[in-house]
Amino acid sequence: MKNLRLKVQLLYTILTNGYIYGFLSGKIYRGKMKYACVPGLNCYSCPGAIASCPIGALQALLNQQGYQIPFAALGFFFLFGSLLGRFVCGWLCPFGLVQDLLHKIPVFRKRKRLPLHSVLKYGKYLVLLLLVCVGSFFLFGGYAKVPAFCKYLCPSGTFFGAIPLLASNEMLRSQAGGLFIWKLGILLFIVFLSVKVYRPFCQYLCPLGAIYGWFNRFSLVQIHWEKEHCVSCMACEKACPVSLSVEEISCSPECIRCGKCVEACPQHCLHFAKTKKK
Amino acid sequence: MRFWKNKSCFRWLCGVFTGIIFLGIGAACGQFNVIWKKAVMICMECIGIG
Repeated sequence: MKNLRLKVQLLYTILTNGYIYGFLSGKIYRGKMKYACVPGLNCYSCPGAIASCPIGALQALLNQQGYQIPFAALGFFFLFGSLLGRFVCGWLCPFGLVQDLLHKIPVFRKRKRLPLHSVLKYGKYLVLLLLVCVGSFFLFGGYAKVPAFCKYLCPSGTFFGAIPLLASNEMLRSQAGGLFIWKLGILLFIVFLSVKVYRPFCQYLCPLGAIYGWFNRFSLVQIHWEKEHCVSCMACEKACPVSLSVEEISCSPECIRCGKCVEACPQHCLHFAKTKKK
Repeated sequence: MRFWKNKSCFRWLCGVFTGIIFLGIGAACGQFNVIWKKAVMICMECIGIG
């Protein structure tokens, strides 16, 4: 399961960022596939990106003149969320893969959570509300509205977009200033924290995780627990990288469907299933 | 009949249906053009320049 997940993450990241010419030329893909969004947090300014970022799309629609409901972005969220929930975070998101790989580096004593987790976990909802929604609606840079989350926080944009573009495009490199330093600082902080704590960005800051978490309770892909066969050995709870109890697994908005509980259960009473069985 | 009695099954299908409806409305309002126009230009804010 562990290797399968890693293979799926790698394959998905390569497929959705497979525009090799972009990396070589310092330009981005401009084809029709960018009408659609990918399920994970994948900056559309990554030179290899072949489709759009759903959070970027939501902000682009909120940044328009006047106030209109961003139906297209909401449509993608409902579609991907209802089918997969936070399975997207665990198996598909490219920035999730980056954090997974960083957490494998064998330095520091590993932690599943930060202190004050019960409060900090609401940070992602705050980011969604204040930066993605309110910020994109009301924050102006000159006369135009700005995508506040992308501009001030998104480390995925810095990692997949800014660094490769600035490395291959001299003109852009010459324009990088204080804002880039700020964003690079955030990325380095997340990178450093990811080595110690499991997926800190996903657990505490990601607005996309906050959205998909809402769908976790009823999405098509679920982890089913056969309570009658459970011997309460707690192996699943020990294996869960985000420290969920067996009752919370699958239903909780924090569950990223990584499948480590399924793998750890000696009685095989946890397994992936389509919706909850009665 | 059992399929419709299973609430979880009904809810994810409702979600998918809502998603498709929203995508249709978004397409009718020209919102995909807005997304495409944003996505094919280098986003200066995303890369920390704008």
